[in-house]
Amino acid sequence: MGVPKEELEKKLRSELDPAHLEVDDQSDGCGAKYQVLIVSQKFDGVKPTIKRHRMVHGAIEEEMKSIHAIQLKTMTPEEWEKLKPS
Amino acid sequence: MNFVGRQAFRGPGLTFCRLLVARYSSKTGSKEYIDGLVKGKPVVVFMKGTPDQPRCGFSNAVVQILRFHGVENFDSVNVLEDEDVRQGIKEYTEWPTIPQIFMNGEFLGGCDIMMDMHKNGELIEELKKAGIRSALLEKAENKD
Repeated sequence: MGVPKEELEKKLRSELDPAHLEVDDQSDGCGAKYQVLIVSQKFDGVKPTIKRHRMVHGAIEEEMKSIHAIQLKTMTPEEWEKLKPS
Repeated sequence: MNFVGRQAFRGPGLTFCRLLVARYSSKTGSKEYIDGLVKGKPVVVFMKGTPDQPRCGFSNAVVQILRFHGVENFDSVNVLEDEDVRQGIKEYTEWPTIPQIFMNGEFLGGCDIMMDMHKNGELIEELKKAGIRSALLEKAENKD
């Protein structure tokens, strides 16, 4: 059970080419529960949110088998600019 | 007898039948079975635990959002009680995690999406489509 954080980051980077990526392991390093923010141009024009989440699930299909829970925030660079803490 | 008996008094006859099916059919993870659970229902939540006793924070969050909108009487399926449903629902929706929310027989998403829709107001629209008027609308009108 669990996927190392580095492995998850690497997979997300190669599959979704994020302009910004934050992966937070919330299971004390066990790699079982993650909070992930992905900012990628690939989400542009993809609506509703469920489709973006499906893209992420697809990118980490293998990893998801060992991950218990993952909280996702998926944004385009444009959306991220508006929300970004300045 | 106890469990089924209690359900029969609480819910309509259909629920009783479904419980019987759940008890005596081995294929609770099949597409047909899950179709039967979600089709024609305004709101169905596949969750860990029950609305009164959620066994996972994300399942609890979904229940609380629904309650916030005044939705108290929705169908729920406790996946911890049935491993077949637990796997079956993931295949049915091609969605890897629990909880999962259905409205009007359509898969809406998981906890994050529910929370997003709650925040941006889309949930009120989705509920309306399912024939439910959100309690938040009443509150807004009372203010005016």
